[in-house]
Amino acid sequence: MHLYRKANVLLGPQRGFAHAGRVEAAPFGRSEAGGPEVTSFVLDNGLDVVVVPDHRAPVATHMIWYRNGSADDPLGQSGIAHFLEHLMFKGTEHQPAGAFSKAVSSLGGQENAFTSYDYTAYFQRVARDHLSTMMAFEADRMGGLVLTDDVVAPERDVVLEERRMRVETDPNAQLSEAMAASLFVHHPYGIPIIGWMHEIEELNRHHAIDYYKRFYTPENAILVVAGDVTPDEVRRLADDTYGRVTPHGSRPQRRRAREPEPKALRRIAVADPKVEQPTLQRLYLTPSCMTARDGECHALELLAEVLGGGATSYLYRKLVLETGVAVNAGAWYMGSAIDDTRFSVYAVPAEGVSLEQLEEHVDKALRGAGEALSPEAIERAKTRLVAETIYSADSQSSLARIYGSALAIGETVDEVRRWPIDIEAVSKERLAAVAERYLTPARSVTGYLMKAKELDAPVVAAAA
Amino acid sequence: MNLAETGTRTASSPTQAMPVAAARGIEAWHVPSPVVPMIAIAFTFEGGAAQDPEGKAGTAQMLARLLDEGAGDLSSDAFQEALAARAIELHFHAGPDSVGGSLKMLVKHADEAIRLMALALNAPRLDPIAIERVRSQMTASLRYQQNDPGVMASRRYFREAFPGHPYSRPSSGTTESLAAITRDDLVAMHKTLIGRGCLKVAVVGAVEADGVAAMLEKAFGTLPEKAALTPVPATHIHDLGRRIVVDLDVPQSVIRFGLGGVAWRDPDFIPAYVLNHILGGGAFTSRLFQEVREKRGLAYSVGTSLTSHRAVAMTWGYTATKNERVVEALDVIGDEIARLIADGPSDDELQKAKDYLTGSYALSFDTSTKIANQLVQIAFEGLGMDYIARRNDMVASVTQDDIRRATGRTFADGKMLVVAAGRPVGL
Repeated sequence: MHLYRKANVLLGPQRGFAHAGRVEAAPFGRSEAGGPEVTSFVLDNGLDVVVVPDHRAPVATHMIWYRNGSADDPLGQSGIAHFLEHLMFKGTEHQPAGAFSKAVSSLGGQENAFTSYDYTAYFQRVARDHLSTMMAFEADRMGGLVLTDDVVAPERDVVLEERRMRVETDPNAQLSEAMAASLFVHHPYGIPIIGWMHEIEELNRHHAIDYYKRFYTPENAILVVAGDVTPDEVRRLADDTYGRVTPHGSRPQRRRAREPEPKALRRIAVADPKVEQPTLQRLYLTPSCMTARDGECHALELLAEVLGGGATSYLYRKLVLETGVAVNAGAWYMGSAIDDTRFSVYAVPAEGVSLEQLEEHVDKALRGAGEALSPEAIERAKTRLVAETIYSADSQSSLARIYGSALAIGETVDEVRRWPIDIEAVSKERLAAVAERYLTPARSVTGYLMKAKELDAPVVAAAA
Repeated sequence: MNLAETGTRTASSPTQAMPVAAARGIEAWHVPSPVVPMIAIAFTFEGGAAQDPEGKAGTAQMLARLLDEGAGDLSSDAFQEALAARAIELHFHAGPDSVGGSLKMLVKHADEAIRLMALALNAPRLDPIAIERVRSQMTASLRYQQNDPGVMASRRYFREAFPGHPYSRPSSGTTESLAAITRDDLVAMHKTLIGRGCLKVAVVGAVEADGVAAMLEKAFGTLPEKAALTPVPATHIHDLGRRIVVDLDVPQSVIRFGLGGVAWRDPDFIPAYVLNHILGGGAFTSRLFQEVREKRGLAYSVGTSLTSHRAVAMTWGYTATKNERVVEALDVIGDEIARLIADGPSDDELQKAKDYLTGSYALSFDTSTKIANQLVQIAFEGLGMDYIARRNDMVASVTQDDIRRATGRTFADGKMLVVAAGRPVGL
């Protein structure tokens, strides 16, 4: 029951900050491991199914992904996708509230759910023998959710506490929200996944049911099973459970506003008396793996790794090791998105260095980024990204997430499997071209997290 | 749906480890796993932040962070480049009682990975420029967290719970203590902590026993024999019953609370662990999750865990709720603990907890990294390699008598030490 988004990499003082590229979406490829034989098929009612075999242990990861996320929230109802995700645990026509969780628990399973901009997903990890039970429960709540005000009201309080915990007590999270809201002037990626406080407060049972009826249908879902299973077995179990859910007849449409071509450099700041360590963040509007053409997405992926993936990256070397103006610096790219997305550069100033000075150094480094693109640096970045795909094959949950998130935004199984090859194929010229085209002032938002002095009014969205 | 068939698989062990011995008394627990062409190694050295010199909290952690900042003839930059060029992931960390590490590599890069790890352990350079860089990073990290309500509540909790004891000091230090650490302190800490006499190792992945023995020898064979540790006196939570407020201008208070515990090595650990699961363990079915979150919407997160340090064990709880409802949340938590003390769990509740804990044990062993970490923890606690095979039977045989005994030893009279960071109303 959490929000699914990129980890806060702002101040990973520990190195190897789980290099922020496409970790979540780094797939397993046709590498030396041979790779799991991924099978996919579609049930008669439109449900997509992906099976990822992993026979090392008698366990299975069962995930259901819906092709709707916070960016599909109706206007004025921000947070409804996430709120509904919470409410999906509140029972159905056939099962009282909490029955599913009790069953998972008594079977020794683990479960959770998460909401992102483009999708919502639910999962359980169980001994393989219990897969059919998980499928039966999950299929049941695909169509049979029942909500009463008795359960909706306390759960809304839970979400409000979640927002207080994540955002209202954390100036850095407030800056991140404000920066996204500024980067996306029109597209709903500018609205927080959890929703704005004042709109969450107004969400009710009717909003939730309307949203549920619109999006929760087999045609809009993807079943991913990874673990000690065979495709035939999964097909049989899925037919017996999900196969009985009546479809709507067509997949619900997502209606997303398109972001206009950006023209204005934007600068914002959060000043809060609680901030003892200032930080600098930068976002650039870039294509995602769904909007990019001609492999620009893979180039951006690799560019983030070369510029800011860990202790050997260009920005770390320039700003931390060489000039010492920063104690940490890096970059990440959120390529896994349906619409145009964000590329981020961040730095934490050394003592005595102002954010303005640091920003000058960051800009100078980025202007000279041609220097970053040495053959060795590019090779190292490719090695790390491709190795990540082998490491992720060690975890069936990671594999399930990789395939589920890719399919949920419209990628194919083949594209996922081809990913390491496409990364290997990115040329130096390609890297230089995407850097020049997209890391430009007009596409950027620069954010300062700084300490408010006694008499300063909070600048943006600071906690009251 | 027939939920009656909740057979617990108490007989099967979720993984089969085998001992592998190398020269000079070095031993590892090994799990061969040939499917994915990678190897995961985990290891721990006895002794951690509790060994930090007075006034120099953070020394062990700074040392752990410096081990991969240059070693042998490789400067920090060259060392990091050597790791990155082969996508070798090497990390070190320091806790209160141990310095640990993990190494993950593709099979084809195993030799180089072991060579680099051996260098880092045996011959860290501790170059002054790297020391200053790490010091500034750790200091920035402390400043960044300085007004984070969760961090502030935890730090204050340890200070109040263990006054005068090494556990009262934060492992990550303070801005003042970090400033006081010298290179000599780090060299001395390296001598104290990094020795093969107190080493536990687990190796999981696409490697055979011979290969493991060779790795052990190369990685750890040249370390000195035995480290001289300062004894850490046993302690207990002080000031049970006290409620402390850390004033912070935020709309939600972050709460940490603690009661007694039972150490992992103790025969009563398993009953206490089952009891903790019923009160506030990780599933959505725990009493605290149900009462605090589901029924009342008081918090997003609430739970407890049973933590074992070398010199103390405790039940450690967390939640966060808006300032206006802090008292209510604490009352609900206190009531649930009191109910468990007075009545214990129902037979059904006990059975369900045991079913969950036995059934889910295998899920902790489903990746090479997780297996290595589990094994090394079990070794560190001295539980024996057969623990993995025995553990589910121990859980399954817990009785109401065992639970009553464990309740007495952990919750006692139910008094908690509570720290709330925020502006809680009425506390």
